[in-house]
Amino acid sequence: MDTAYIGKSRKRVDGVKKVTGTATYVGEFKPNGLVHGYVVNSTIANGKIVAIHTDKAKLIEGVLEIFTHENLPEDLVHNVDYTDPLSPPGHPFRPLYNDDILYNGQPIALVVAESFELARYAAGLVEVEYQVEECSTDIMKNRDSATSEGVEDTAPKRGNPELAFTNAEVQIDVEYSQPRHYHNPMEPHVSIAEWDVDNKSFKIYDKVQGVNSSQKYICGIFNLNSEKVQILSPFVGGGFGSGLRPQYQLFLAAMAARELHRPVKVSLTRKQMFSFGHRPACIQNIQLGASKEGKLESIIHKAYGETSKFEKYNETIVDWSGMMYRCDHVKLEYELIPVNVYTPMDMRAPGGATGMFALECAMDELAVKANIDPLEFRLINYANKDQNEDKPYSSKELKECYRQAAEHFGWHQRKTKAIEKKDDSVLVGYGMATGCWEAMQQKSSAKAVLDSSGKLVVSSSTADIGTGTYTVMSQIAAETLGVSMKDVQFDLGDTSMPKAPIEGGSWTVSSVGSAVKAVCIKIKEQLVDLAKVSSNENLDEVSYDEVSCADGELVLPNGRSINIKKILKKAALDKIEAENTLDPEERQEQYSCYAHSCVMVEVNVDKDLGMITVPRVTSAIAGGRIINPKTAESQILGAITWGIGMALEEEGMIDDRNGRIMNANLAEYHMAVHADVQQLDVLFVEEHDDIVNPLGAKGLGEIGIVGVASAIANAVYDATGKRVRNLPITLDKILA
Amino acid sequence: MNDFDYSKSTEIGQAVEELTTKNHAKAIGGGTNLLDLMKYRVENPHYLIDVNHLPYREIVRNASGGLRLGAMVTNADTAYHPLVEKNYPLLSKAILSGASAQLRNAATNGGNLMQRTRCYYFYDTATPCNKREPGSGCSAIGGFNRIHAILGTSEDCIATHPSDMCVALAALDAEIVVQGRDGERRIPILDFHRLPGDTPEKDNNLMPNEIITSINLPGDLFNKNYAYLKVRDRPSYAFALVSVAAALQLNGNNIASIKVALGGVAHKPWRLPHVEQKLIGREASNENFDSLAEELLTGAQGFGDNDFKMALAHKTIVRALNEAKKL
Repeated sequence: MDTAYIGKSRKRVDGVKKVTGTATYVGEFKPNGLVHGYVVNSTIANGKIVAIHTDKAKLIEGVLEIFTHENLPEDLVHNVDYTDPLSPPGHPFRPLYNDDILYNGQPIALVVAESFELARYAAGLVEVEYQVEECSTDIMKNRDSATSEGVEDTAPKRGNPELAFTNAEVQIDVEYSQPRHYHNPMEPHVSIAEWDVDNKSFKIYDKVQGVNSSQKYICGIFNLNSEKVQILSPFVGGGFGSGLRPQYQLFLAAMAARELHRPVKVSLTRKQMFSFGHRPACIQNIQLGASKEGKLESIIHKAYGETSKFEKYNETIVDWSGMMYRCDHVKLEYELIPVNVYTPMDMRAPGGATGMFALECAMDELAVKANIDPLEFRLINYANKDQNEDKPYSSKELKECYRQAAEHFGWHQRKTKAIEKKDDSVLVGYGMATGCWEAMQQKSSAKAVLDSSGKLVVSSSTADIGTGTYTVMSQIAAETLGVSMKDVQFDLGDTSMPKAPIEGGSWTVSSVGSAVKAVCIKIKEQLVDLAKVSSNENLDEVSYDEVSCADGELVLPNGRSINIKKILKKAALDKIEAENTLDPEERQEQYSCYAHSCVMVEVNVDKDLGMITVPRVTSAIAGGRIINPKTAESQILGAITWGIGMALEEEGMIDDRNGRIMNANLAEYHMAVHADVQQLDVLFVEEHDDIVNPLGAKGLGEIGIVGVASAIANAVYDATGKRVRNLPITLDKILA
Repeated sequence: MNDFDYSKSTEIGQAVEELTTKNHAKAIGGGTNLLDLMKYRVENPHYLIDVNHLPYREIVRNASGGLRLGAMVTNADTAYHPLVEKNYPLLSKAILSGASAQLRNAATNGGNLMQRTRCYYFYDTATPCNKREPGSGCSAIGGFNRIHAILGTSEDCIATHPSDMCVALAALDAEIVVQGRDGERRIPILDFHRLPGDTPEKDNNLMPNEIITSINLPGDLFNKNYAYLKVRDRPSYAFALVSVAAALQLNGNNIASIKVALGGVAHKPWRLPHVEQKLIGREASNENFDSLAEELLTGAQGFGDNDFKMALAHKTIVRALNEAKKL
């Protein structure tokens, strides 16, 4: 038995369950007496509900109740705490709270019936009269109303960027924009709430990226202590940020369950998946100045982000520009434009995917203008420390990413390759970009129980949003305690477990993984203590650190080993357990911790018809220690695919006349499909980091998307000579 | 979705009778479009007649030496049928460029003819749409109209017909065979679909009590020089911005016969046989293809977002004809 699992490709431990349909997702639980809610959404973006007629719908046999702002339970009208841990500044949206309409698609009624079909049918009979006010949803048209109120500080200005720009020998001054993007995980949002009348407590299954976040939200609204609210979320069919904040189906299911004394399930339709947060539309202005030799002299980056009228959603868009390249004159600004939409939400690499799109396109434009190879240009301006924070990096193998990506892709031979490939109608282009994402660690707790049969159960209230949490945590636990993965069970997605942060920010492996490692070390220490008593070995002088774990045994400094099952047996214990909370180490504060990447792409553009394909993408990632190369590669492949969609296809189309999203379905909201994906190569660059967290892993959920859209845009320019600065790069923009 | 009654029909007379006598009745084949529309409450039939079991489930040779495609044969079975692949590869190619494998496995030939537009506003009952609700107005004019028509539009409607199959059928001069109370009727494909005019609620000239039974393909073959070129926003599972079905018969380098139909640009597959006639006997040259494209697009009008389609359609026509010539 080899128990060295970390760093090795392992199949998902839940893989068989998932492909055989035995992984029970939230919407599949069927508590006794379950009834179904269907949400009615507003059809205007701004104004008031004058009347809401539910009488026809109520007459349908099997309809139990229709909730609207007119019959919202009294206590909820007076409750004010609808916040969740990620609420931005402002006033969180309160479903059915009053007659105000704040955005189009706002939930305004919940029809509860004995079946989903009945509820949906009856929902169609609800008639609403509105007082319609003018709405405005286009940030381009509302740039004048940009505000810095409620906006987090950007990295500080340094030097004299305006003067440095004016004096620079090579300059660019350009504007980029991108539309709204919608998450669209495969599994739509769904909640099933059960109310225990006697105990006045909730048991809720919620499709969410962190059960503690839903718990906090429900506790606040219903004025309950956390022990009265259990949230369960064992499997999540994709999140991408859409499940970071609790959504309206959770509130509605819980409220209805409490009022009706029946378990209530509220699931959203695909169309309704477009009725809450999204990656905000954004406008970015960048001025870059450099010397003729390619040394960056000035960076001025200003971003305008979209937000709702009720919350100030912030993301970090411009700070990347102050950090990525060495430059002494930098100014970064960020403002928000409130429009009649729901509050935007984090989506895979929030801010980073956006800000780095503009920066990396601008870097390409400047390189071309200075007549310097884009890769060389980045190397000339390579930053060895984080100038925003004036700190060293905990590790940064970005140069190695550049080198390995270039070698694998054939960057330096690309022009001769292009000539070979050329046929009459196809233009070939090559582009590159740098990627970067934070490597954060959050406070996390975990519990471990080792029983006398050798079975190890580790638990933490984290989530597996398809990323492989079950698998990598099992690997970490098994290796730390030196037991077979077959003997390890990792449990998650339950608020009764030790508390983990929401699964976001690419920090689950670094945070929960480190906590799992730490709690398994605690178990090891207990085993050593027990062995001291029961073993024939003299362990008095042996410290914990000198004992390692492998192959089901404690390995002593003298090379001999003791079977861990025997230790429990000798101590006559059924099990031992430990619980532990791990905070990030203080010394991390002295460093900047980031994952980096280099993305290189080839595009083919049809000269006459403008159609773009992406035959090759190489992504070289410096993400610290890779726990499971197989699941890690999957993360990056998925993220690159998103990047292709971001560059070429994705666009949430809100009609500014009425604020309605007009392509709220997967036929007309285009995201990358199989046929978009050709050759994607992922390289993991070796990177050692003993500062970032005890595992040395940086997290990989988001880094893979950052830079992809810019590399594609740069390649499109290389192929066509056209700079398309407003995403997506559709064929009409090529032909224009 | 509203309540509806359902019956499975195995005999055409009975199906036509039900369609005539039942209130708000509709025929359903694969249901790949109709069910979506019912869920969105765009279509609200009270009675569904399942026509999948009517005896039009075969592809056989017809009297004119061509093929008769049963209306209830699936799009997939049609596209992969050996005689279709051999004699009408243009049709195979067009069908396979549409939808997804799963949809083509369910969708029927009759249903494909009857599919409705993809106009965003048609699908959203909260917005005005003359096609869905006559007299309510056209939201696409002045709204999002990137996927909309540039030819044969009216001030009431600028929707397109979304089918790929029908574009190939138009180029191949197919004939639609329908059965009504008064017997059988044959409708040339170019007369089957309509332009919107002031009755955009009518997609086609099928009478309310008629059911499509088959599609006749004529015997003259265009299996040597043909092309179906579909230009779209992603390489799979996207409707055409512009598509061109081109079929040529060449005599040396001269055109003996030419048929060009356009998809994605009008309320029906767009074809102008009188314009094609002018090229007979002339050289299959870029220059002649160019002038054909120009004539085919005479009167084209954009509505903002879709302005690009005018130049794109021209280039696509020329490219498709050059591809067809090369084969």
